[in-house]
Amino acid sequence: MNPFRLLLLLSLAGLQVACTTVQPWQRGHLADYTMRPDRDPLTGSIAEHVWFTREAFAGGKGIGGGGCGCN
Amino acid sequence: MKTQLSRRSFLRVSVLAGASLGAGQTGLRAAGWAESAKLPALGEFGLEGSLPSLKGKVVYLDFWASWCSPCKASFPILQKWQQELAGKGFTVLAISVDEKAADMQDFLKKTAVNFPVVRDAAQKLVAAASIKTMPTSFLIDRQGSIRHVHQGFRRQDEKPLFDQITALLGSA
Repeated sequence: MNPFRLLLLLSLAGLQVACTTVQPWQRGHLADYTMRPDRDPLTGSIAEHVWFTREAFAGGKGIGGGGCGCN
Repeated sequence: MKTQLSRRSFLRVSVLAGASLGAGQTGLRAAGWAESAKLPALGEFGLEGSLPSLKGKVVYLDFWASWCSPCKASFPILQKWQQELAGKGFTVLAISVDEKAADMQDFLKKTAVNFPVVRDAAQKLVAAASIKTMPTSFLIDRQGSIRHVHQGFRRQDEKPLFDQITALLGSA
């Protein structure tokens, strides 16, 4: 079999294993306090700073720049 | 010829893989409890806690969890209904889907209620009901038939639900 087709088939099989549906009654973990991205203002602020200095080349957080890590 | 055969085999396997993916995605979900269906025997689902007798009563069966804010907000209203209508043959049955019993108990310590609360530890009952949102409640008549399915809980739902309950209590 063509290696590309084999790879495509294996990818499809792999997707079946990876995909799942979280039922409404299973969302307890998602509702946990530790899953909230805004749970700690200081950590959130630090994370946002790191994000835009690293991702600026992709327009991360709307700040222009060269993504050079400048503080 | 060799190329055509391998292409046919590839197509067959692709269709099978795609069908499996589709089935996996949907999770082969149960049909769920619909209006006019009979409530199944709850004793067969391994619920934790004391299940009361529901025979001849109008039942407000509510699936809730301690991590669900509208569920918690509805409890004072359910408690009010229980106190007001218990003497007329009504009961609330609250079924927690919390994975940890301690979470349910911590909430119940802060919000004391006197209607029966049980826990669906294995989440089999809620899967059989196949609810689409939390909370979901089922209003059951005295004959054990599901008359209303209510999704979610907002303040403005209190009066219409109360009217539905009193209508069922009024009919024999």
